[in-house]
Amino acid sequence: MDHFPTNWGRPRNDAFDAYGTYPIHQRPQNGPKDAFVDGVQRTQQPIVTGTSVLAIKFKDGIMMAADTLASYGSLARFKDVQRLFPVGDNTVIGAGGDMSDFQHIQTLLDGLTIDEFTAQDGHTLGPAEIHEYLAQVMYARRSKMNPLWNALLVGGVKDGKKFLAFVDLLGTTYSASTLATGYGAHIAQPLLRKAVEGYENVLTEEQALKIIETNMKYQVAIITEEGVRISESKTLDTHWSFAEGIRGYGAQAQ
Amino acid sequence: MYKPAGFDFSNELRNNFLVEKGLPLPKATSTGTTIVGCLFKDGIVLGADTRATEGPIVADKNCEKIHYITESIRCCGAGTAADTEFTTALISSNMEMHALQTGRKPRVATAMTMLKQMLFRYQGHVGAALVLGGVDSTGPHLFTIHPHGSTDKLPYVTMGSGSLAAMAVFESGWVPNMERDQALILVKAAIAAGIFNDLGSGSNIDACIITASSTEMLRNVEMPNQRVQKERNYKFRRGTTAWKKEDIRSLIVDEQVTQVGGDEMDTS
Amino acid sequence: MPAMVSAAQPVQRSFNPYTENGGTILAIAGADFSVIAGDTRQSEGYSIQTRYAPKVFRLTDKAVLAVNGFAADGNMFVKKVRQRLEWYRHAHAKDMPIRAIARLIQTMLYARRFFPFYVYNILGGIEEDGTGAVYSFDLLIYFKNQTPAPGTAFPKHLPLSTVLPLVIDSFTSATERHIEVGDGLEIYIVLSKGSTALQSLQTIRGIQELTATNDGERVFVIRRELKKD
Repeated sequence: MDHFPTNWGRPRNDAFDAYGTYPIHQRPQNGPKDAFVDGVQRTQQPIVTGTSVLAIKFKDGIMMAADTLASYGSLARFKDVQRLFPVGDNTVIGAGGDMSDFQHIQTLLDGLTIDEFTAQDGHTLGPAEIHEYLAQVMYARRSKMNPLWNALLVGGVKDGKKFLAFVDLLGTTYSASTLATGYGAHIAQPLLRKAVEGYENVLTEEQALKIIETNMKYQVAIITEEGVRISESKTLDTHWSFAEGIRGYGAQAQ
Repeated sequence: MYKPAGFDFSNELRNNFLVEKGLPLPKATSTGTTIVGCLFKDGIVLGADTRATEGPIVADKNCEKIHYITESIRCCGAGTAADTEFTTALISSNMEMHALQTGRKPRVATAMTMLKQMLFRYQGHVGAALVLGGVDSTGPHLFTIHPHGSTDKLPYVTMGSGSLAAMAVFESGWVPNMERDQALILVKAAIAAGIFNDLGSGSNIDACIITASSTEMLRNVEMPNQRVQKERNYKFRRGTTAWKKEDIRSLIVDEQVTQVGGDEMDTS
Repeated sequence: MPAMVSAAQPVQRSFNPYTENGGTILAIAGADFSVIAGDTRQSEGYSIQTRYAPKVFRLTDKAVLAVNGFAADGNMFVKKVRQRLEWYRHAHAKDMPIRAIARLIQTMLYARRFFPFYVYNILGGIEEDGTGAVYSFDLLIYFKNQTPAPGTAFPKHLPLSTVLPLVIDSFTSATERHIEVGDGLEIYIVLSKGSTALQSLQTIRGIQELTATNDGERVFVIRRELKKD
């Protein structure tokens, strides 16, 4: 109920207000008020961030990998964060960028999965549908100048079809047989392309795992027709023995 | 009036003002590049792609980025093309002078020190990012030199816009004490990763193998991006340009030279 | 005094909703056909995002749209145009003529005057009178294909057998000299009803027909590899 009589229909008086404009411009706004409207901040820069996610196609499906570190600026803040997230039975999404925005996306997808389950219409969402949904969400948010600061990989298998695609905070989408986000797009992607392009339907799970593991990484998700498997966090072997022989940065000999 | 050596920065304020007003400064051709170097059992292998760019346009499809310093020291350049060319030429010249002065084969560390001191003096305004490699009396050495003058000494190095792609190959494939051929294959793979994954790099692969006894410059050792045959011919037909008169002149002049006097200097 | 404070001002970091994804598109109209082509590389900065992302889309059997610029806007724009064409089909039980599509695109672009789609469009196809047509759009408005000035002969229509090699050569050349062009090439060809250019298509390697209706116009696509460096 609007308790402000000036907001109710008012008889027009052509004598002093021919077009019925008064006092519209000074009517109080009666909608819900946000006392903190000036204090609202949108994601203008990511805060707690994850970085690379890698994914490749292989014979039986998709393999995706991500490390479990979430950084706070240059501080390695959280050391066991899941950045791979299964959606339904056929899909995994992997996220780089702002982790709080990613958790929001997980909430959205949980809602979507529940809606889909409740419908009980015999249809389930596959990776292509989830990617399309995310692309629309991400593009809509960027168009409101309030982006979800993420780069997402969506991978999965449904009805014998492999699917692997990317979407980022601008709503940019693309697909390829190898994908990577963040620094991985610069460092790992060249190696992945060399190992995978042209062999998407030949590589076995073991071979694919080997490719992923030579490109570092902590946690691996394997999506095949049988469903989703996400590994426990793995530790990485690093070799710094080559540093033994290095002396200084210039003319130093000893 | 005293004028210090080096760049004159007295117009910097004015130039910044002009840039702010929207007057663009002249743009230099930069070699968005992949350059690498790698240590192996007997020496050093250097590698480079051959694309030079001006923004998004390819300025040169087959340029040489491995520059001569001395017979057994070479230097790959990335960054501003003119800067890499002239700094390496200058240091090459100074190294030759140094060799004549001392009567010894010059060392890689000497070239490295000359380059870093010069680049530091210019505070990054000389935009040369270099990979310096060679073999001297103290063994093989490999350096990277950044435009501000900092240096690194490592068993395998990469530089330029394709450096991450190339480094990925080294990180997954480099092992100590490789054979010559093994090292060359690795360097070629590193440059190829840059060529096919980095838009700033492209065309062919150059390599240079330096050992204590020899230096082999392998120009265009691999050419994975040959031009394809065009569907049509775009040459103008002979006689397309009409002409109204013909005038043929002989430009060869026949001269009789008569020697006057001898070769002795006039000392009168 | 305030002049001295300037250095200490907080910096407003703002979100940039646009990026550029590279690539090239072109279209040539013939007397009774139209050719619309684009490369398939999608890039950002110095990185290749994918070697296959189509930029040319069949809208109807008489109209093909090529989009270039910011890929997310491009895909969204094509989606919205297709939605409007579908609505038109439901209302009028026929495909929208290309002349009308051009106007539609113009209004759709101008509707976003203050938050433009960062997309350069080229629309090619066949007019209702059976002639080839190309329309090019900047961010907001369109221009119809060039026609000879009154009393002159140029530019004149070229035969399809000349146009196709010309298009292929344009892209191979662009690939050599522009770093953002390459990987793959897609050439769409729209022929008007009973076009004589049909025979010259028979011999082309790997040509594929995409015609969906029996209206008489026919759409074909040719795919070619481009250099990948």
